[in-house]
Amino acid sequence: MFNASANFVARLESAIGASYISGDPSVCAEYVVDEISPSIVAKPACAEQAAEIVRFAALEKLGLIPCGNRTKLEIGMPPSRYDVALDMTGLNKIAHYDPGDLTVSVDAGAGFNDLAAPLYKQKQFLPLPVPFYFESTIGGIIASGVDSALRHSYGTARDFLIGAEFIDGTGHLCKSGGRVVKNVTGYDLHKLLIGSLGTLAVINRLNFRTFPAAPVSRGFVISCRTSEDALAFSNLVERSPLRPASIDLVSSQLLQLFLQAEKNSPEPPASPLQGKFPADSWHLCVSIEGTSEVCERASREFARLISLPEAKHTQLVTLNEAEGADLWHYLGQSIPLLLQASPTAGIFKINILPSRLGTLLQQLSGLAEQASLPQTVLARACGVVYLALLPPSGEQPLLYRLSEAAAAVFSLCTSENASAALPWCPTQLKRQVNVWGSPRADFALMRRLKAAFDPQDLFAPGRLF
Amino acid sequence: MNTTARSKKAAPIWLFFPPPQKRSPKSSNLPPSGAGTGLSGGALARTGGLMIVFARMNRILSIDPENQRAVVQPGVVNFDLTLAAEPHGLYFAPDPSSQKSCTIGGNVAENAGGPHTLAYGVTTNHVTALELVLPDGEIVRVGSTQGDAPGYDLTGLFVGSEGTLALVTEITVRLSPKPEAVKTLLAIFDSVDDAAETVVDVTARAIIPAACEMLDGWTLRVVEDFVHAGFPRDSAAVLLLEVEGLAEAVAGQAAAITEACNAHRARKVRVARDNAERELLWKGRKNAFGALGRLAPSNYVLDGVIPRTKLPQALRRIREIGHRYGFDIANIFHAGDGNLHPIVLYDPRDKGQFERAMQASAEIIRYCVEAGGALTGEHGIGMEKAELMPLLFSDADFDLMRRVHDAFNPACLLNPGKIFPLSKGCGEIRLRAKSSAHVSVA
Repeated sequence: MFNASANFVARLESAIGASYISGDPSVCAEYVVDEISPSIVAKPACAEQAAEIVRFAALEKLGLIPCGNRTKLEIGMPPSRYDVALDMTGLNKIAHYDPGDLTVSVDAGAGFNDLAAPLYKQKQFLPLPVPFYFESTIGGIIASGVDSALRHSYGTARDFLIGAEFIDGTGHLCKSGGRVVKNVTGYDLHKLLIGSLGTLAVINRLNFRTFPAAPVSRGFVISCRTSEDALAFSNLVERSPLRPASIDLVSSQLLQLFLQAEKNSPEPPASPLQGKFPADSWHLCVSIEGTSEVCERASREFARLISLPEAKHTQLVTLNEAEGADLWHYLGQSIPLLLQASPTAGIFKINILPSRLGTLLQQLSGLAEQASLPQTVLARACGVVYLALLPPSGEQPLLYRLSEAAAAVFSLCTSENASAALPWCPTQLKRQVNVWGSPRADFALMRRLKAAFDPQDLFAPGRLF
Repeated sequence: MNTTARSKKAAPIWLFFPPPQKRSPKSSNLPPSGAGTGLSGGALARTGGLMIVFARMNRILSIDPENQRAVVQPGVVNFDLTLAAEPHGLYFAPDPSSQKSCTIGGNVAENAGGPHTLAYGVTTNHVTALELVLPDGEIVRVGSTQGDAPGYDLTGLFVGSEGTLALVTEITVRLSPKPEAVKTLLAIFDSVDDAAETVVDVTARAIIPAACEMLDGWTLRVVEDFVHAGFPRDSAAVLLLEVEGLAEAVAGQAAAITEACNAHRARKVRVARDNAERELLWKGRKNAFGALGRLAPSNYVLDGVIPRTKLPQALRRIREIGHRYGFDIANIFHAGDGNLHPIVLYDPRDKGQFERAMQASAEIIRYCVEAGGALTGEHGIGMEKAELMPLLFSDADFDLMRRVHDAFNPACLLNPGKIFPLSKGCGEIRLRAKSSAHVSVA
């Protein structure tokens, strides 16, 4: 195998150029996925080079995983083959930015922050403050399909990704969509790339609709004794004329993690969040964006809502701009914070109808207690739950408990007609649990699509199916 | 008769109308159509065959106000869903001009838009799940009621696939809450250029209205004579703008839009005083295509898209093309998102005129593509624009689209001759059309 790898490296070096290819085990070790190391790392500088590498992989039937900054590469099942890591960070330019058209076209390997800066200068933004965004590439954000609190008002990437260029499994450069905000020309293939984990194609460039940044924002935190009370308050907000940018429910343990992170921050904020919220509570975090008149109106609406007899809250805190930015930063980075605090955490993403959220949260809490595992919850009012089960260490008996709990969570979600996945968990757990949960009826159709895009199953084989 | 039907003619050999209780046809060579309002020929039986008409599968199966969802059969008329959701303070956001007659199945097939898609997106942004019948008769569900299920976004692929991949027999949609306040503004201009520059400026000022429609002088005079919507007959262009949301947000946006209009020499900016006036203005907009029928025996509606900053030069170019080919070209379109609807007025009885109308239209579409735009913003490719697809897509793009098509519809039973140019589509459809039945969807 070593000789074969060396041969592949030499041939790729000769085809692409030695500076873009490495077979050095220490370099390859940086690209490990679920304890499997590739034997080649290729870092192309342009789309044509990337396509050449794919064609080589197709010829030699090598398993290839495209990647960016590798912040979310652990999402998915362990790869069944992994020979080549295709590092796309060499493709990192903003190809077009038309502020007047509110559109931007960016290479997949560009960092989210590198894109955010020029948008910010034009008072625009892309509503994707997803977990790890500060060190993520745009391509990685789309391929991993992670969401953010702003989905409540802006939708998910499928609502503002307007086109893409990518390399299919035959090594050809293809495209879908375009650079205009309204376009129904041809199949919407670019939508399939969202959450595809690199299994369909190598994303080369992405086109987005951008959004004007609101001049003012204001945060409101309603603390309640129980999750039911907090969700009931959330319903009051939803039924009001307000159109919040985000509504998220944070469990007391998760808020404690935010406060701890704030305490450990190298630059403590002028107005810390510490001490502002009651302990042992659920916290409904609502952000409002708009003009100062809109934010003032929101303050009046919250004053009205807390006076309603059905509002069972213990406290309402209005946050200023800086405090709000802090809280929503931590809220957006819940997953990195959780993984930092508990590297063996199992973090589920569950989608459920909003009306079933209350029941689900109660049942999930019961399951975690039964497994004697500490838990945190982040629940979006639009029906997304991030449940983290936090074993104190990776010892086998605890892993077994996590495995049992995962089976119970998947079973519960099936009975609740919710879809569930386990995007973050230790590799050892993936040997016992399918992180995609119960097989879905439409997986067979997805396999057909995978075969259409990638006939030889080169791309991230085994990660999704 | 719609424009496409006038310019392209094709008839099925058989029609089949599945009743509401027949949720899913089982045979591979059976049932699809809706209301036949499409403008790209997506619902025409290009190769003859068997057309399935979904008009009788028109039940709203459920409305779930708490979760803002509805489940409907494909034959439900778009506006009927909004009427049914209204008592709950909800509505179905996609609002094509034909919303009082077009079906949601047709909206899904073509990924239809409408004036308010500027703020709320096209059909795909409001569909979370579909029940499908594949050509082999298998019934499958894709997506989920809540949306965002793990795996590939199959719902996103099937919406807008123009009936070429599967038949849609049930649709789960997201309903939207009605806003607290709505303001409709009519900005009147003495120059088309000023109106176009205003649209660019509104976007540049970071205002995204719910709708931003433009009617040029030619169109608005015809519409005014027909609908009496209150458009001033002596103006060169009007913009119909709408802002929605919290009362405070609406007030601020309306003021900023008025400022932008005035900065570009608007003669007047009028705010609709009440719902009746608002509805009248929209009646003028939505009945414009019908009104244009009074002017010429036939017309050809285009659907090209351009980057919105290029609106002023695009309108000048369309005028120039019209003059060169000797046609009056009316413009009534979704200015806010750059979705043009130039309408070429011609007499189909004059063969030479018909040919010239098609040439002028192709030139306009080519200009849209050269300007960085697209062939279609909301009408779909159908059979009308299939031969123009190579303007945007390479052989590799077609190869991949072909493989995706064949993954679901390998024998080309469903809606052959659509989306793909004939040379790149189902290779032998012209031969097969004479010997076997095919299925077309509307």
